[in-house]
Amino acid sequence: MLDLSLLVQYGPSLLRGFGITILCWGAGCLIGMVLGFVLMLLRQLPVKPLRWVIRVYIEVIRGTPFLIQLFLLYSGGPSIGLRLEATTAGILGLGIYGSAYFAEIFRAGYQAVPKGQVEAALSLGMSYGSILKRVIVPAMLVSTIPAIVNMMAILTKETVVLSIITVPELMYEMQTMAAETFATFETILGMALFYWLLVEVVSRLGRRLEARVTRYLTHASPQGSSSETATARA
Amino acid sequence: MTAVSQTAAPTRSPTADDVVPMVSIRGVGKSFGTNEVLRDIDLTVNKSEVVCLIGPSGSGKSTLLRCINFLEVYDRGEIRIEGTLVGYTEDTPRRRLSNRDLRSLRRNVGMVFQQFNLWPHMTALENVAEALVQVRGMDKASAAAHAGRMLDRVGLAAKADAYPARLSGGQQQRVAIARVIAMEPHLMLFDEPTSALDPELVGEVLQVMRDLAADGMTMVVVTHEMGFAANVADKVAFLDRGRIAAFGTPREVFHESAEPRVQQFLQTYHERNSF
Repeated sequence: MLDLSLLVQYGPSLLRGFGITILCWGAGCLIGMVLGFVLMLLRQLPVKPLRWVIRVYIEVIRGTPFLIQLFLLYSGGPSIGLRLEATTAGILGLGIYGSAYFAEIFRAGYQAVPKGQVEAALSLGMSYGSILKRVIVPAMLVSTIPAIVNMMAILTKETVVLSIITVPELMYEMQTMAAETFATFETILGMALFYWLLVEVVSRLGRRLEARVTRYLTHASPQGSSSETATARA
Repeated sequence: MTAVSQTAAPTRSPTADDVVPMVSIRGVGKSFGTNEVLRDIDLTVNKSEVVCLIGPSGSGKSTLLRCINFLEVYDRGEIRIEGTLVGYTEDTPRRRLSNRDLRSLRRNVGMVFQQFNLWPHMTALENVAEALVQVRGMDKASAAAHAGRMLDRVGLAAKADAYPARLSGGQQQRVAIARVIAMEPHLMLFDEPTSALDPELVGEVLQVMRDLAADGMTMVVVTHEMGFAANVADKVAFLDRGRIAAFGTPREVFHESAEPRVQQFLQTYHERNSF
């Protein structure tokens, strides 16, 4: 028999676990994106050895299971003097894992920026920093947001691996519940619900963000600037 | 600069400022691999002159134009804008100019592209104001005010808040021209500015260019609009396979040139444009 009261009884610890899951996921995504963006930029430099090192990094991260990377970081870390708490190691591990994929997403986005838009900026005397910030990144956002959201959805589910190095996230709390009550089915159902909820929220936010950054492709004028001019005139 | 300028010695006295040509191209060559796209090009553009580059596709006109602001790197010879060597230092052997020096040179040279190349995420006004803020260091309010005046000058004050996606090709190109003239360049380069436009939109862009020419702007224009070249240009250069095959006033090139390739090109042009 399905006993949903168990979910109520374990509610507080499950919610706490869910909170840790979101924290690890959010921080991991952030680190992954920042690191991925920096890797992509460094890869554009005409320095062959640097490009080669980054390519190897990306291939190794993408070519090995996340679980093994996490073990290496958490259990292998101390042997090179890197002692991390489980949660810290989990966040850092997720960030490193994500960075390889984000770097590839950003590279594709960078290459897709129409060359003419950059040339127009160059011909006006704009610096690379200005061009990156004002022309390249906005253009990249449009083409990469679906892939970024996709990767973020994938990373929500990679957080379950963190339970293996004892990060007290949702999976960990669920396993505790299952071990104490033997209610395997309720546990699995509860977990599916939580992760589905998280992915659903992520993809909804992604769609809204996508609509926002591509607004100028469809709308005649931005709500922001027209209301600004309206108030300025008033 | 002494050693180089002696070989390309200008005959007139270089002391008076207005004698230094706006653009001076001497012996310029460029290759893509084994393909020689520009061979030994010499061309002088004086202040307030309009020079049109015409010729069949693949003749090197766009490449030459893009070398003038160093969007394209030339391998041989030298290009000077108001006496300053483009893209290289004055040392021998010459080295590539630093990005900073290249930027300060480009500030005085505006470029209008075939595909407009507006930034789609900015409104017309923001497109024009952007470089004023980023390059000229103007504050946002005065940049917006200046940009508004420039849009007015190309007849698009009413479209200030429109994004490029909502503008016609002709309007986009006029915004692109406003974006350039806002920077008050000494020289403007046009790379087939009307080639991507529907025929009925060509006129409005050419009119803006005529106005600029009448205001004394120095312009180098790659174009297939022979009417514009004949009526507005002070000089016409006909390029063929990377060389300037004919150069002179529109009358000299269009009507008096004995060069068979010019005659052939014009004949093809007339045939295509007749009913």
